[in-house]
Amino acid sequence: MSRSEISCNRRDFLCKTIALVPIFSAVAYLPFSAFWTSTAQADSSKQAYTPKYFIREEWVFLQAACARLIPADENGPGALELGVPEFIDREMEGPFGHAATWYMQGPFASALPELGYQSSLTPRAVYRYGIAAVDAHCRRIFGNKSFFELSATEQDSVLTDLEKGTLEFENVSGKSFFGFLLQNTKEGYLADPIHGGNKNMGSWKMIGFPGARADFLDWVDKYGARYPLSSVDIAGRKG
Amino acid sequence: MIDIKKPQVDAVLIGFGWTGAIMGMELTEAGLKVIALERGENRDTSPDFSYPRIADELTYGIRGKLFQNLARETLTIRHSPKDSALPYRQLGSFLPGEGVGGGGVHWNGQHWRVSPEELRLRSHITERYGKRFIPADMTIQDFGVSYAELEPYFNQFERVCGTSGKAGNLNGKIVEGGNPFEGQRSSEYPLPPLADVYGATLFAKAAKNLGYHPFSEPASNASRPYTNPYGAQLGPCNFCGYCERFGCYVYAKASPQTTILPVLLKKQNFELRTQSNVVRINFDAQSKRATGVTYIDAQGREVFQPADLIVLCAYQLNNTRLLLLSGIGKPYNPATGRGVVGRNYTYQMTGGVMVFFNKDKPMNPFIGTGAGGQIIDDFNGDHFDHAPLGFIGGGYIGVVQTGGRPIQQMLLPKDTPQWGAKWKQAIKEHYLYAINIQTHGTVMAHRDNYLDLDPTYRDVFGQPLLRMTFDWKENDIKMTQFVTGKAREIAKEMGSKSIEAKMKQFGDHYDTRVYQTTHNVGGAIMGEDPQSSVVNRFLQSWDAHNVLVMGSSVFPQNIGYNPLGLAGALTYWSARAIRMTYLKTPGPLMQA
Repeated sequence: MSRSEISCNRRDFLCKTIALVPIFSAVAYLPFSAFWTSTAQADSSKQAYTPKYFIREEWVFLQAACARLIPADENGPGALELGVPEFIDREMEGPFGHAATWYMQGPFASALPELGYQSSLTPRAVYRYGIAAVDAHCRRIFGNKSFFELSATEQDSVLTDLEKGTLEFENVSGKSFFGFLLQNTKEGYLADPIHGGNKNMGSWKMIGFPGARADFLDWVDKYGARYPLSSVDIAGRKG
Repeated sequence: MIDIKKPQVDAVLIGFGWTGAIMGMELTEAGLKVIALERGENRDTSPDFSYPRIADELTYGIRGKLFQNLARETLTIRHSPKDSALPYRQLGSFLPGEGVGGGGVHWNGQHWRVSPEELRLRSHITERYGKRFIPADMTIQDFGVSYAELEPYFNQFERVCGTSGKAGNLNGKIVEGGNPFEGQRSSEYPLPPLADVYGATLFAKAAKNLGYHPFSEPASNASRPYTNPYGAQLGPCNFCGYCERFGCYVYAKASPQTTILPVLLKKQNFELRTQSNVVRINFDAQSKRATGVTYIDAQGREVFQPADLIVLCAYQLNNTRLLLLSGIGKPYNPATGRGVVGRNYTYQMTGGVMVFFNKDKPMNPFIGTGAGGQIIDDFNGDHFDHAPLGFIGGGYIGVVQTGGRPIQQMLLPKDTPQWGAKWKQAIKEHYLYAINIQTHGTVMAHRDNYLDLDPTYRDVFGQPLLRMTFDWKENDIKMTQFVTGKAREIAKEMGSKSIEAKMKQFGDHYDTRVYQTTHNVGGAIMGEDPQSSVVNRFLQSWDAHNVLVMGSSVFPQNIGYNPLGLAGALTYWSARAIRMTYLKTPGPLMQA
């Protein structure tokens, strides 16, 4: 798919979405802001980020999904706290979102999973169609509620259906969508903060990864001892 | 249409990774005017691999900044000649390089020779087990060159790379602490072995308890400061954990950039042209000679570069494809078994055992080197009796801790959920306390595993993509189950909390999504008979005497080891034949 086709599709999608759901209306904004205050907690840095790719309805989906894929609990921070939605939004605008280094010439055919990704859709298109399809499904099944409005248990059941491939859509593979969503959520959680996620090296500190230290000659033969220094990131911050 | 015709040169190298750099050095030393054509960009330690930017798992390890850009060119893959092939759209199973240095930038540095018997595999197996031990559809054959002939060149390449290791067989004498199964070496490694991480020492102890013979894996990650015979200098490896998939920021990993290019690029009779994508070799079938090569330059212009000698130094898949696109050599047909180009494509078989430890044994997985660690070679090659086992081949087993990069290298028990609170708890619990014992083994050539041109899909220049037809065969599944079973026994002996083995099962299909190795071999194989090989034992085309093919394209089947040590030695061996014989009297170096 060429870039111009994507932008056409995006416009098309926006038109349809706006026609069907008045997402910019005050009515739709209410649950959005309610969601914000319930999950964003006190961290003001997240609110400063304005998504470049995702539209508002997608953005609230993404935040809700990240919060379930890697939830915050007593073991450590979750994906939402570490800025994973920001990471994913930034990836959508980069080479990954555009499948810039993938072979994207047709013909496209379905195949055994072992032969790898065979869709004509770029990741950013998969997110666009996938989020819309999941939200439409949720509204149909859960009394006109979008994914972000569901209870955690309901959200988990939707995500599980996507993962297992029991929830499939006309325009996009639910399983592929889930695959990208999970892969990118883990990437944003564990990658260097320079990419927008893993704020303050939260995941690295939780697991004990020193990050960009990349110099361990003096610790190779300290058998049985934990490495003593804190994590550092590419920007030179210490965790 | 040719836009530009360049002046004639003595030699042109297609591709500028390891074999291109070696050939460039050898041919310029012989006084030739040499041009290297590289499809990718120029790259060097500084600025391209510099710290801290290189310590970025996402950019290099996951998104693959240094790998081939598949948007321009890829290949198609299918499991059998009955199937339709589909493009390898995203990198997964293997990661070819692009740009100066090629895969030599992002390799590990696992620097092996070959078991002597593997160079004459068909003859050896027939002699030891009888002709009927080789299944009818298994098309293994001899390389046509002996270990003794290659020994000086193995030695030379290790000296260029500053390889760290310990000899196990020095001039026929078995040396304690080295690999007792290796071929005879004429000298010790240029550098002593790298230090061992904790997990490797636990593996070595357990292997020894079971009567096996652990040793340090030969590593082209320098254990000490080193100056190679060309005068290029390496610094000691600092165990940064960003080795394979990355360029080395401390000049410790041997690469064309660290070992050869500082000298070669200064030579007056050498020229490097980057962003120059060769689309065909201009072949004159009448005279059995190539006249030059045609490439597309950075501005999209078609350029003809005439040359007396043409050396294919590209990645294995690309070498085979260029021969097919250029009509040099008869394409292989699996239905008849006739033809040679594309024949005997093989891969490598990997497996492993994850070992999870209690909290008193932190493994600090991020302390990593691309190569090194502790290995046993007891079940590789024909180092053990295959008669009761019913398969050919083997693999090495060991702990090579290359890093603890958390996106790619997280080791978790198989029953861990893929997401949610339990996944997070599992990464917290296991990250510091797990290692992987790797098994890395042979794949035998089979009649219907091969390469040809795809009838449907095209590259950015409109040329057919290469098509790979490949699937796992019974012989190789038997091998990995046996070898990985041995790894499991060693893991049990290590005193861990739990272990989990992972190996291919009968009926498993080749999965292009999961990284295995970038050790694709064959397709332009070497041999002593033009009916069953593309190049002769000096790597010279049977069909065009001024065309040579380097790299693992020439392996008739895959060895258990990582292939670069053998590919490098074969390049020096071929260069020697060109310099000593061919340049004096150009023509076939062997009679058909």
